Amino acid sequence: MRLLAAICAFCAVANMASAEVAIRIAYLRVETSRPPTLSNLDPIPDDLGLAGARSGLKENATTGRFLGHLYELEEVIVSEGEDTLEAARTALASTSFILLDAPASTQKAIADLAEAEDAILFNTSSGNLSLRDSDCRVNLLHTIPSDVMRTDALVQFFVKKRWSDFVMISGTHSADKLYAAAMKRSLTKFGLELRAEKIWAFDADMRRNAAQEVPVFTQEFGDYDALIVADEVRDFGRYILYNTWEARPVAGSEGLTAVTWAPVVEQWGAAQLQTRFREEQERPMEPQDYAAWAAMRSIGEAVTRTNSSNPQTLRTYLLSDTFELAGFKGRPLTYRTWNGQLRQPIPIVHPRAMVAQAPLEGFLHQRNEMDSLGLDKPESQCKAFEE
Amino acid sequence: MPPLKLAPLFLALSLPVHAGEIWVTNEKDDTISIIDTDTLEVVRTYETGERPRGITFSKDFSRVYICASDSDTVQVMDPETGKILHDLPSGEDPEQFVLHPDDRHLYIANEDDAITTVVDTETRKVVAQIDVGIEPEGMAVSPDGKIAITTSETTNMAHWIDTETQELFANTLVDSRPRHAEFAKEGTELWVSSEIGGTITVFDVATQAEKAKISFDVPNIHPDRVQPVGFEFTPGDTHAFVALGPSNHVAVVNGETFEVEEYILVGRRVWHMAFNADHSRLFTTNGVSGDVTVIDVGSRKPIKSIKVGRFPWGAAFRP
Repeated sequence: MRLLAAICAFCAVANMASAEVAIRIAYLRVETSRPPTLSNLDPIPDDLGLAGARSGLKENATTGRFLGHLYELEEVIVSEGEDTLEAARTALASTSFILLDAPASTQKAIADLAEAEDAILFNTSSGNLSLRDSDCRVNLLHTIPSDVMRTDALVQFFVKKRWSDFVMISGTHSADKLYAAAMKRSLTKFGLELRAEKIWAFDADMRRNAAQEVPVFTQEFGDYDALIVADEVRDFGRYILYNTWEARPVAGSEGLTAVTWAPVVEQWGAAQLQTRFREEQERPMEPQDYAAWAAMRSIGEAVTRTNSSNPQTLRTYLLSDTFELAGFKGRPLTYRTWNGQLRQPIPIVHPRAMVAQAPLEGFLHQRNEMDSLGLDKPESQCKAFEE
Repeated sequence: MPPLKLAPLFLALSLPVHAGEIWVTNEKDDTISIIDTDTLEVVRTYETGERPRGITFSKDFSRVYICASDSDTVQVMDPETGKILHDLPSGEDPEQFVLHPDDRHLYIANEDDAITTVVDTETRKVVAQIDVGIEPEGMAVSPDGKIAITTSETTNMAHWIDTETQELFANTLVDSRPRHAEFAKEGTELWVSSEIGGTITVFDVATQAEKAKISFDVPNIHPDRVQPVGFEFTPGDTHAFVALGPSNHVAVVNGETFEVEEYILVGRRVWHMAFNADHSRLFTTNGVSGDVTVIDVGSRKPIKSIKVGRFPWGAAFRP
């Protein structure tokens, strides 16, 4: 394991023998190459996700202090080209709880390891729909929303605004394509459709000439209610706003976005979580940080309530009616029993404020309004969770 | 025309003898709105520090204490003039507090610091700081002054503080996001509301054991939106009025059977409340709609909405 960087964080809590309940949690990140983007205005933090896990660990430890529960975080970073499954096996030898920051295919492979059979894995990074659908795994829960939860949220907003005529510009990266597919699925779900789509395949440097290229590029769309941008790698989208031929709102990956979490979320006590995170981690909390935090806190909540570190006991509790996570989104968060997805409201934001929070008023559901976002029970092809 | 001249005098005499005021902190206006409990109108508005939330009066009502959360201080105001007399050291981000029956010590929840601070209001010094769970908020002191309670929103506990030693002697779990705590029935019961859990847990104080759990079922409102926060008891603790947050209702709970008897529609995101002098009227702060609902306690009907500042939060009565 010479290639593996395993760090014991918060070694102060490493004295685990004396506690009534001691629980070790691993955070496993698989480094992947990111496509180059036109602008480097928003560097991706080195501790993306990890910072959320650390923050959640600290909260768990505070509660644990009063109950004799000790928590420990092991941070595992797998560089490109290293053996991911070997790293996962090593982590699984000492813990049954792993927060995963890895591509969907890697997460599936880890979940399929014999060593992971009784483990609880948390997907904190991938919005890939198939992981909640036919490719779901019984030992893999998801604290990051699926792409479709986010596009459903945005489309609920479109419906509410009575916008009906949409055009889309899509990027060429696989994440862009998945997002575009999710958006089309959501439009169909809520009875809307996409009138036209154009692919952004330019290699020009838009910082210099967005003002010339974008108007012409968008001119042939004609008039529409909103322009959707599918640019999940954040390459060209930022240059579309205010440069379109028609003066219309931009939504999707840029402009009006539906997100897991954003610095502008302040209601429901969120301001406290934001302040706490910013003070501890010295930067704002990003969606992946929130997902890792929620996974860590889910484990903490389950340990607190069951007084156990047994994975089977905790799993049963996590998927039961009695589990609820106070996730600073105004409603108790729970896991969907058919695919392990954490139900959660989705903030719809622009960089300066939250515009709305889905599920929007009026989108009813027989079970839970939050199930109007993402794969509902009858839609999901996930069979692994059926007893 | 002597009879007409007498009319105003007659009206003045017919007013209830227990005239008073409800003081409401406006979280996002940095002000206090003062409502006359007879005319049901805002009669004065005073400026405060940033983000005022918790508010309470000294026993003789000669001082009002205000948690100015974002100014990181507890302000002491002369209620006659609205003048800030001085600030008390409070620890960071004071949200809620409670005045000890000795009329001298304030127990303050420091939301951002996971600490309960005890301040002597006479010497203006911090007497003790007690480590509690994350995001402490609800504060209560037993009528005999021996026990102080802090509830922590993220740790989901009621922390029991021995006021003699200023140390924790028990920590009891409650449902998610506990917000408010009150002792009842001469200090034999402790009630704690859980906002996200949607419940009130009733503890037997002698044993710190859970005695009852109250849940709420507001017709036609999804249970997720039923979020109990502040609550107040009627005299004799026969009933509790419970603010249910974004369900926009106040529940009336029977103090003996723990059953909910009624739901009263109020303004949006109801937080806290205060009674008038004879407990015939209840004033609720409604954060999102920026108003105060006046409830007639006898008939359990809302009778008026009074516009106050932005995001009204705390409420306190002054004769």
